Amino acid sequence: MSLVNLTINGKAVSVPSGTKILEAAKKVNVKIPNLCHLHMDEINMVNQCASCRVCMVSAGRGLVPACGTNVKEGMVVQTNTPQALKARKTVVELLLSDHPKDCLSCDKNGSCELQAIAADLGIREVRFSGEHSTSPTDYSSKSIIKDNDKCILCRRCETMCNEVQTVGVLSGVNRGFNTEVGTFFNADMADTECTFCGQCISVCPTGALTEVNNIPKVWDALNQTEKTVVVQVAPAVRVAIGEEFGLEPGAISTGKMVAALRAIGFKYVFDTNFAADLTILEEASEFIHRLKEGKNLPILTSCCPAWINFIEGNYPDLLNLPSSCKSPQEMFGSIAKNYFGPKVINTDPKDMYVISIMPCVAKKYEASRSELGQGDSLDVDISITTRELAKMIKEAGIDLVNLEEESFDSPLGDSTGAADIFGATGGVLEAALRTAYEWVTDSELENVEFTQVRGMEGIKEASIDIAGTIVNVCATSSLGNARKIMDEVKAGNSKYHIVEVMACPGGCVAGGGQPYHHGDYDIVKKRAAGLYNIDSSKQLRKSHKNPAILALYKEFLGEPYGETAHKLLHTHYFDKSNVYDVVEECSCSKEAEASAE
Amino acid sequence: MNKIVSFDNLKKLASELKPALELREHFTKENLVKRDILVCGGTGCSSSDSMQIIENLKSEIKKAGLEDHAEVQLTGCFGFCAKGPIVKVYPDNVFYVQVKPEDAEEIVQEHILNHRVVERLLFEEPALDNKKVERHDEMSFYKKQSRVALRNCGHINPENIDEYIGNDGYLALGKCISEMSPKDVISEVKASGLRGRGGAGFPTGVKWESTSQTPPCQKYVVCNADEGDPGAFMDRSVLEGDPHSVLEAMAICGYAIGSDTGYIYIRAEYPLAIERLKVAIAQAQESGVLGNNILGTDFNFNIELKYGAGAFVCGEGTALMHSIEGKRGEPRMKTYSSSKRGLWQSPTCLNNVETFANIPAILNKGASWFNSYGTEDSPGTKVFALGGKVNNVGLVEVPMGTTLREIVYEIGGGIPDNREFKAVQTGGPSGGCISAKNLDTPIDFKSLSSIGSMMGSGGMLVLDDSDCMVNIAKFFLEFTVEESCGKCTPCRIGNKRLLELLTKICDGKGCEQDLVDLKDLATTIKTTSLCGLGKCAPNPVLSTLEYFYDEYEAHVKEKKCPAGKCQSLLDYVITDACKGCTKCSKVCPVGCITGKPKEKHVIDSSKCLKCGACMSNCKFNAIIKK
Amino acid sequence: MCDFVSRNKQLFEELDSFIDSLQTKDGALIQVLHHAQGIFGYLPKEVQLHIAKQLNLAPAKVYGVVSFYSYFTTEPRGDYKISVCLGTVCFVKGSDKIMAEFEKQLGIKAGETTKDLKFTLEGLRCVGACGLAPVVVVNGKVYGQVKPEQVSEILDHYKELELSC
Ligand SMILES: Cc1cc2nc3c(=O)[nH]c(=O)nc-3n(C[C@H](O)[C@H](O)[C@H](O)COP(=O)(O)O)c2cc1C
Ligand code: SF4
Ligand code: SF4
Ligand code: SF4
Ligand code: SF4
Ligand code: SF4
Ligand code: SF4
Ligand code: SF4
Ligand code: SF4
Ligand code: FES
Ligand code: FES
Ligand code: FES
Ligand code: FES
Repeated sequence: MSLVNLTINGKAVSVPSGTKILEAAKKVNVKIPNLCHLHMDEINMVNQCASCRVCMVSAGRGLVPACGTNVKEGMVVQTNTPQALKARKTVVELLLSDHPKDCLSCDKNGSCELQAIAADLGIREVRFSGEHSTSPTDYSSKSIIKDNDKCILCRRCETMCNEVQTVGVLSGVNRGFNTEVGTFFNADMADTECTFCGQCISVCPTGALTEVNNIPKVWDALNQTEKTVVVQVAPAVRVAIGEEFGLEPGAISTGKMVAALRAIGFKYVFDTNFAADLTILEEASEFIHRLKEGKNLPILTSCCPAWINFIEGNYPDLLNLPSSCKSPQEMFGSIAKNYFGPKVINTDPKDMYVISIMPCVAKKYEASRSELGQGDSLDVDISITTRELAKMIKEAGIDLVNLEEESFDSPLGDSTGAADIFGATGGVLEAALRTAYEWVTDSELENVEFTQVRGMEGIKEASIDIAGTIVNVCATSSLGNARKIMDEVKAGNSKYHIVEVMACPGGCVAGGGQPYHHGDYDIVKKRAAGLYNIDSSKQLRKSHKNPAILALYKEFLGEPYGETAHKLLHTHYFDKSNVYDVVEECSCSKEAEASAE
Repeated sequence: MNKIVSFDNLKKLASELKPALELREHFTKENLVKRDILVCGGTGCSSSDSMQIIENLKSEIKKAGLEDHAEVQLTGCFGFCAKGPIVKVYPDNVFYVQVKPEDAEEIVQEHILNHRVVERLLFEEPALDNKKVERHDEMSFYKKQSRVALRNCGHINPENIDEYIGNDGYLALGKCISEMSPKDVISEVKASGLRGRGGAGFPTGVKWESTSQTPPCQKYVVCNADEGDPGAFMDRSVLEGDPHSVLEAMAICGYAIGSDTGYIYIRAEYPLAIERLKVAIAQAQESGVLGNNILGTDFNFNIELKYGAGAFVCGEGTALMHSIEGKRGEPRMKTYSSSKRGLWQSPTCLNNVETFANIPAILNKGASWFNSYGTEDSPGTKVFALGGKVNNVGLVEVPMGTTLREIVYEIGGGIPDNREFKAVQTGGPSGGCISAKNLDTPIDFKSLSSIGSMMGSGGMLVLDDSDCMVNIAKFFLEFTVEESCGKCTPCRIGNKRLLELLTKICDGKGCEQDLVDLKDLATTIKTTSLCGLGKCAPNPVLSTLEYFYDEYEAHVKEKKCPAGKCQSLLDYVITDACKGCTKCSKVCPVGCITGKPKEKHVIDSSKCLKCGACMSNCKFNAIIKK
Repeated sequence: MCDFVSRNKQLFEELDSFIDSLQTKDGALIQVLHHAQGIFGYLPKEVQLHIAKQLNLAPAKVYGVVSFYSYFTTEPRGDYKISVCLGTVCFVKGSDKIMAEFEKQLGIKAGETTKDLKFTLEGLRCVGACGLAPVVVVNGKVYGQVKPEQVSEILDHYKELELSC
């Protein structure tokens, strides 16, 4: 590719043709504010609408948007001419003139890109005022709050939901001043095909899309002294929570996090990892079972609730394929309430609260699914995100960075390295292979690292020889990639035996409840690397070698994939393909009645 | 209809068909034995029942047994819609105005049978002291006009391809595909200097060339017939009156750039134009001048209609393409040009209807003939929809370089009711206002933009002293705010704020700071909006601010609307009709009405709240707003 | 069953046969919507959902397109569509007053439909009959040089038409 030479604020730079001014400016460390633009090459997300107009710079005769303008040979770019500064300021003033400016009580306070730009540009007054485009905030779902009043129409969410996730819940609707990002006939999010993957949240620059705030519920639970509050933490949380406290992305903060949780007041601080190991035992058994029968293949992993929503909505005739295993969050809840409570600490499940800390907003929804529990008692009572935990720690005035490290409680806090890698795409598959291999071949697996299925690639595949049988496996992340695989499966063209699906591109490390990465996927990569580091530093790296798990089976569950396991650890799925098919109430029968009278 | 299988075949047919049209071109004693009666079937005239006129004329002719002596033809808009319905009788070339269906009998009896002109239906030319004139070339409305794009409108029957062919139709296409290389065609168009008539004035030949230079692949020719400017109907008239010229030009363009597919993106609100296009496409296909193996060559070209759905912004090229693709009509950044990646990501050449309508004439008569009209900067002619406060409202086509004064006062016949000229607004919602001081500006792309207006698509609105310029700016902004696609911040929010400021000013709530903010905001919107709609939306504001600042000042400082248009700025005044009943002074909340019983009362307007209570309580209608 | 879909089975079939006749479904959305509005008179939820399924599009995208273009409507329209031209020429000739008069007499705002589904009132930008400004169009019939006083006359005409049939 040919190189183009230009100057930006007097600094010479050469970049490949087709580069945008914004990117070229980064090379010479010139910062140009931007709001709508978002490129994440790792996951093929390109939001190039050039619509916010806060990145205007002077080039040649007039102003151009840096994010949408190709560099040209000999171009002279000035990012700080009075004209450019004024234009940017005015544009931000305009955005603010149609914005609630509720920063102090906004979920996004402190991590809002609009707020930051307003501060950086030195906005001290908003000269324009007038009508606001408003619509009621959508609190309908368990996972996502959609507050269109705070939306700046960057359309990042729309691109994410349509192009990357291919779910298509969101679209620009109406036009002109009334334009908003909306759903089909403005249906509540809870009544749409939304999978609650939360990826729209993770790209939204403002507080227009946020998670449902469950923090008050957690404080409330902690306040009820008659209840036993048990907390579990998902693997991806421990390598991301530190970011909220100034630590490097990927920094392993397990010990400090556990200490913080105790300081907050949780009685038992447990690890979802324990349940991840348990999941592997169940899922590997189920796989071996299906492989032997040669039926219901490929087996599809079921630990990601957004993915489960996706398959229920889009492939209702393939619901025989996902593993019937509950997700680790739910398995944990079930074991906590049905084993740990009654059998270990002599507590009735009714007197227990199981709280989960997840990188995920779909987990909030999952926790509310009525079939995931025994009777009235749900397996998990409250789920909060990594971000919410960070807020609680701050709220409680805990200095996370300087805490002494502590360990999880036993036994539901014990896990192997196989569980840690659940948080990165390919991890579940790798963990399952470690166990399935040893079980089928009855020999020890020397090299436990299946590097073919690691990394940010959206679809990764490998063929593994297990006792003479070639097992074709695939790990895929993002729902768009899942759709590709599923279309093949549906058409009968798939060669796979096992497919791992994670809804978030990159896996839970990039979950919708994680600290905001603001489009920098290096952050996500570092988190994943953190998880692999934990794994490789652990003694035990195979789920079926977890002594606590083995004890659990021995004392309580019996056989993996056995009867008790089925009752407590497995679930079933529903056809959700007709979310919008409303059967309207029949009015003619009423009319007929009326006329008969 | 037989398929025309070669260029020679076409030429022969054309020469056979020509005599039928001769009637309309030459008047001789000999050809007076038969008359052609042309009735306007444009939207204006057909909405005043011109179709019924055709019916009645036909039946009267039949009744009188004059079938061999007269034939009735439907035709396109003559441009003089204000005086429609228009009926023109050839070969003696008599121009009847405001004809009613019941006039058919008299026309047939008097004109056809007795060779006597129906005086009562003639136009009274104001420039000649309202003398009745027979021929259109005696009318000042037509004197300064030169018809290139509109050459066939009001001249041929748009629903009959033979008439088009008889008037040199499809000869240009035949010549191109049989005798010229695509390069030759492009050089000829380039040499003509034709600039796009859709608004931006981009050189057409250059556009064709750059589309032709992309590697061979599926390419598209698109005709922009979205014409959404409120108050403009040039393109519609061309399509209604001469659809084949556009089809022919699109095929020529297809040949030049290497495309076999054309789309016409047309407003769904133009039913007549759509109908005529459908008829024309069917006839052209049947005749072998459209479709596969045109005129026996291996050149194929097919045209499909695509309908807009009520969004002005879809006239913008990239939005238009999104709309054809079935998406929301939001424009995109022009990071790459449509001639490289346009419709369906394929090279696409987009031109306006009027631009296309010029093409066959250019290729038939040559580039130098074409640029003998107009100026160096802007060769050729331009069609305008002249409207507002002028005597002769209608469609006019003049050589570029004609001055505004000539258009308003000569062609337009000046301002009605002896009012005073105030401004001309050109370019519709994207354009600006031109004040009396610039009336002698020649109309071409460069001159118009140098005085803060623009050619736009050709709306030309004349305003008199009863029009408030602030109110006019507000009117246009209301339009752009309603039509903004909502994609980018400056246009979505900025234009809304501009409108709110203008509304505030018109409501008498403005202050001087508002004028500063208005200008500042307008300038920023202009420089930061994503597409032409947003960029040009502030033009009406900026140009009125420049030329009519005093009117703005009057609104904010004295809270007065000099033109008396802004309702909230009017004063309540008691007229001589007052009987002194004292009712009003009793209801006035601030007690600013004084007067003795049975005597005329007076309002102290410095205290008046403009609540209107007095007015609605006066039984004698003695209180008015002024 | 008597929900919208089964009540209008024939219309849906008509729509489907149009969709089946298309050479390609790519980009056909607006074309299909035009056709559907022609069949149903408007584009209710059920119709949009059906089109989304047939064209393999996300329902939200279909709604996004429908709500973008003012030609499309999701509400049933009146038997008589009264369009008052608010184009430039008509505006300077006082069409805003005509509109106000219609609004007053019909008791609805521009864009709305009377309760009895008889009249829909809307503003329109230039019908191309500017020579006759101000212009009102009722179901395709053009009234030129309309004065506010004529409004009741026009309305009465259509009310009577209704009575006589
Ligand atoms: C908001 C907007 C509306 C437009 N509307 C039209 C239109 O109705 N008809 C048209 O021919 N061009 C319109 N244009 C101009 C087109 O973008 C484009 O320049 C033109 O069709 C190109 O054809 P030309 O080169 O033959 O003029 C519009 C542009 C903008 C920005
Ligand atoms: S979205 Fe951002 S700018 Fe808006 S209120 Fe929240 S923090 Fe403040
Ligand atoms: S930043 Fe300003 S507005 Fe916000 S809390 Fe501080 S003083 Fe108040
Ligand atoms: S949560 Fe996921 S599926 Fe739901 S709207 Fe957001 S991106 Fe789309
Ligand atoms: S909701 Fe957020 S991501 Fe979506 S358009 Fe609005 S501001 Fe952008
Ligand atoms: S990938 Fe992980 S974070 Fe994302 S939705 Fe699935 S479970 Fe939640
Ligand atoms: S300028 Fe207006 S019409 Fe153009 S893209 Fe921006 S919002 Fe849309
Ligand atoms: S109410 Fe009318 S007539 Fe009576 S005093 Fe007032 S203006 Fe005069
Ligand atoms: S308009 Fe109201 S305030 Fe003014 S004079 Fe009449 S009654 Fe008094
Ligand atoms: S970041 Fe460039 S326009 Fe939004
Ligand atoms: S419509 Fe008849 S003269 Fe214009
Ligand atoms: S501008 Fe406000 S009325 Fe004159
Ligand atoms: S502006 Fe009303 S018809 Fe043209």
